[in-house]
Amino acid sequence: MFKRSEQDKRPPVQIFVDGIAVAARQGDTVSAALLASGVDARRSTAVSGAPRLPYCMMGVCFDCLVTIDGVGNRQGCLVPVAEGMQVEIQKGKREIGR
Amino acid sequence: MSVAPRREDYDVVVIGAGPAGLAAAATAAEAGLATLLLDENAGPGGQVFRAIASTPVTDRKQLGEDYWVGADLVQSLRAGSTEVIHRATVWSLDRNLDIAVSIGGASAFIKARRVILATGALERPFPIPGWTLPGVMTAGAAQTMLKSSALVPDGRTVIAGQGPLLWLLAAQILRLGGRIDRILDTTERGNYFAALPHAFAFLTSPYFAKGLSMMREVKAKVQVVSGVTELAAAGDGQLASVSYVAGGKRETIAADLLLLHQGVVPNVNLAMSAGVEHRWDDLQLCWSPVLDASGTSSVAGIAIAGDGAGIGGANAAVVRGRIAARAAVEALAPASAAKLASMAALRSDLAKAERGRIFLDTLFRPAAQFRIPSGDTIVCRCEEVTAKDVLDSVAIGATGPNQLKAYRRTGMGPCQGRLCGLTITELMAQARGKTPQEIGYYRLRAPVKPITLAELAAVPKSEADVKAVVRG
Repeated sequence: MFKRSEQDKRPPVQIFVDGIAVAARQGDTVSAALLASGVDARRSTAVSGAPRLPYCMMGVCFDCLVTIDGVGNRQGCLVPVAEGMQVEIQKGKREIGR
Repeated sequence: MSVAPRREDYDVVVIGAGPAGLAAAATAAEAGLATLLLDENAGPGGQVFRAIASTPVTDRKQLGEDYWVGADLVQSLRAGSTEVIHRATVWSLDRNLDIAVSIGGASAFIKARRVILATGALERPFPIPGWTLPGVMTAGAAQTMLKSSALVPDGRTVIAGQGPLLWLLAAQILRLGGRIDRILDTTERGNYFAALPHAFAFLTSPYFAKGLSMMREVKAKVQVVSGVTELAAAGDGQLASVSYVAGGKRETIAADLLLLHQGVVPNVNLAMSAGVEHRWDDLQLCWSPVLDASGTSSVAGIAIAGDGAGIGGANAAVVRGRIAARAAVEALAPASAAKLASMAALRSDLAKAERGRIFLDTLFRPAAQFRIPSGDTIVCRCEEVTAKDVLDSVAIGATGPNQLKAYRRTGMGPCQGRLCGLTITELMAQARGKTPQEIGYYRLRAPVKPITLAELAAVPKSEADVKAVVRG
């Protein structure tokens, strides 16, 4: 859906999405890294289970909700990637305790 | 790297580090006021100057000169003494100017003598059939990725809607080597005539030449369909096609990405939760705060600057930020106001920056069918409530947005009405034969962004707080 411009010279950062290594760049948000990666990053909604991807990328819509380092319901568009970060695509509502 | 505020009280707390917030904080600090700038993003710039201090797009021409103005604002801010905290989400502001802010999963509480809200704008909801499908995003979302991560669309891409941002985004995508298959322009034909009386001011504004050359640049490379009167996205769990009607003819095209945009509206949540009075703006079709000429709101000590004060664009936002900050300086440290630009000079800057705005507002006033949906089209994305659900609720007695919550939970999901509120107001107004002003808006309350129960429970409590909720 999206590709990186060749002029992007930022250093690489490796994150893990459902355990699979994904190449991101320093300064990417989690949502941008997911959309750039080509992995199926569709979450499913808490209400009907409908698939969603980020809509606004500016902290408004909450369609980027994702589990980051074991914490659910994080807004992926507001969290910068960090080396070794564990991202899980959130299916349905947040689980109790994570 | 999460840093709590250094003090418990400040002369001025500015919320939002976009054009208005950057200018306001720099101005207040320049006059010697203890100033704190809180911002939700990882770096300064807000949306219009998104990633201004970190963008990987180094060819200045690609983002355009208007973007790089933001770098000067950041430089002025950093030259001063403002304390700046990013990734800081303000979740409460009240009439006492007490502020609760979540930083790195913990909340801090601070008190301000003056608060300048610079929470900016968000994109107007664009509730068409299929707008919740993966692959449908806002134009602003694509622009955010372009500025902050140099990402551009590379699948079959359709941009639909209207307004200056749409053309700017299209030009930027093309300059960075991205793909756009078609642009669907939803500007109503009648708007051109309605805007005509305001054309002179626009022709003499800087927007005119820039806008025209950008449209030419885009039209040379992309097929543009104007006069689009219907629009729908379709697909099974993922966007597959976009269909539209233009000139009475329906067409369907395959698409991987649909970028929607029909203007921006003030982000009112924090201001409304603090009790700031808002009125329905019949031209801009949104809620705008009631402000005096210095941006002072109906709540003593709270001023609003930038697009949150009514859409005026980045140049006007900068000036409004300076005006609000100068007003704070005049109130708190009148002797220091002399070193700042005079109010008269600032007001004249503002008039210049706002020139042509009425023309743009009139020309790009979105059509009713793209604001007020029908049938199975989802209105509330969080709770997945359709237009028909809302109308059914009206038929059995729901009178306004707040009653509707009890019927359908609209506006009660995590986005707290940001993506359905305007639609709900207009939809209910139309169904009940009332004005949007009469129908009203959701009553917004803290926390204006979700925080965890653990974070709330960790809030320091006084003995009186505990006694107030414990029996016996």
